[in-house]
Amino acid sequence: MKVVVCVKQIPDPADPGALDPETRTLKRDVKLILDESDSYGVEMGLQLVDDAGEGEVTLVSMAPNNEQSGLRTALAMGAASATLVSDTELIGSDALTTAKVLAAAIKDQAPDLVIAGSESSDGYTGTVPEMIAALLDLPSVTAAKSIEVNAGAITVKRQTDAGYDVVDCPMPAVISVTAGVVEPRYPSFKGIMAAKSKPLDEKTSADLGFSADQVGWAGSGQEIVDVAVAPQREAGEVIEDDGESHLKIVEFLENLKVI
Amino acid sequence: MTLDTIWVYAEVVDGEVSSTTLELLTKARDLADTVACVYAGDDADDVAETLGSYGAETVYATGDLEGALVGVPVAAAIAAAVEAGDGPDAVLAATTYDGRDVAARLAVKLDRTVITNCVDVEVDDDTLVGTEPIFGGATDIKTKLTGEGPYIVLIRPKSFAAESSDGGEADVEDLDVPDLGSSAGAIVSDRFVEESEGPKLDEADLVVSGGRGLGEADKFALVADLAKSLGGAAGASRAIVDAGWVPYSQQVGQTGKVVKPNVYIACGISGATQHLVGMKGSKNIIAINKDPEAPIFGVADLGIVGDVHKVMPLLIEALASR
Repeated sequence: MKVVVCVKQIPDPADPGALDPETRTLKRDVKLILDESDSYGVEMGLQLVDDAGEGEVTLVSMAPNNEQSGLRTALAMGAASATLVSDTELIGSDALTTAKVLAAAIKDQAPDLVIAGSESSDGYTGTVPEMIAALLDLPSVTAAKSIEVNAGAITVKRQTDAGYDVVDCPMPAVISVTAGVVEPRYPSFKGIMAAKSKPLDEKTSADLGFSADQVGWAGSGQEIVDVAVAPQREAGEVIEDDGESHLKIVEFLENLKVI
Repeated sequence: MTLDTIWVYAEVVDGEVSSTTLELLTKARDLADTVACVYAGDDADDVAETLGSYGAETVYATGDLEGALVGVPVAAAIAAAVEAGDGPDAVLAATTYDGRDVAARLAVKLDRTVITNCVDVEVDDDTLVGTEPIFGGATDIKTKLTGEGPYIVLIRPKSFAAESSDGGEADVEDLDVPDLGSSAGAIVSDRFVEESEGPKLDEADLVVSGGRGLGEADKFALVADLAKSLGGAAGASRAIVDAGWVPYSQQVGQTGKVVKPNVYIACGISGATQHLVGMKGSKNIIAINKDPEAPIFGVADLGIVGDVHKVMPLLIEALASR
């Protein structure tokens, strides 16, 4: 069972940073961490390999700088090795270009499954996993809550607005997983130490056959034309609870004629 | 200035055209001279009247997909029409599970990127410009699609009000699905609906949501009770959905449902950007949270700095005694 998990290293969501006024991209000069959304994919991949009794999880990631700390976190969880596609040409890449670069890095590994988070916690396009599937010409199931492997095929519970669908899908396939479906393991001390010496292969977009005009701003099919402060709600009255504050809520609802 | 033709990916939920589809059709009428729908299924005749009354002149229907997840066949069918010279200038879909699958597959097929999570879209120089809120809605960025069309845009639910065009029933035409090769094969074999009481979360006039401040899963009963006593729906922050306290179908936020009720009551929710994006459009917001610095107070019309375990039971009792 060979599983590739796509992971993204993002600025800490507790301190999401700002847009660079020059390039209008998210500033990534801060320390990047493993996107929590991706830790679920890593965990699910590790569990599938455990259940299969053979195989390994490898990681694929793309970043405009050579940040590795998020990848080391995923390696410490138990992934065997990682590929990081990293160079400054990649700055400004749109969702489609990102998917092309990741697909190129995945292709030669010929995995049984590619797992990704449903959407990143910083960009939220939620389209990259499905694009990777299309580029690799593989079937896919997005928004998976669980994956079960049976004789060369998988059965996936796929989140829907009202509940979930059971989806049967042949392998190889690309699966995107929703957050909260498994409990991502904490890296053990042993895992953290072992992760330091696990193989982390750094590649540039050129190594994967992309020219400079195919990636980054140059290869992007979009252009950010305006960045503006959104109209904000005015904050209203804030009161300290004195044991009677629920009556304020009742009064508020009465004034709105809700009750 | 308008585009010639826009196709809207139409979704049907429980036999009804989704409200988001009608919102997209309403907007598409402003953007293009001709609006049509793409529909996955063999019952397009049942929805042609509704789609027509919101401005679709034609419904291009794929026919029975035999349970296949829609992304692969629908995108292949649209791409084939584009290749044959019968395609639109732009395709709009909603930021839903299926909408995203269709848009992403189509992006690869056409080798055109897609802009996502848009809350507005306009025509500029024969292309489309989408407005996307970032940092929890603190900043709006406008992104213009460059190069040649067709342009693909994903739009968040509840971005526009749906208004009928008084149009007649749409014509139904076949949209052929080409051979799908090795990308085919993901088939839905069963469907499960998680029942919840009361009104639907994204349609309710009043929503009570709970977050990590509730402390433990059992305390979500306070949220459910308050929602019930006010005739509203119960929602949740991502934190407690991820923790497994509440099913995902009740999640309000960037990931999850966008709600715009008359009244939103946030209980023990700090107001992470992820959550604010999903509820900031509510008309009236009440927040109860222990932390006076919680960002939720920045958007609340009435903020109570206090313990949900004390305030909520008293509130439920006060409402019951009325």
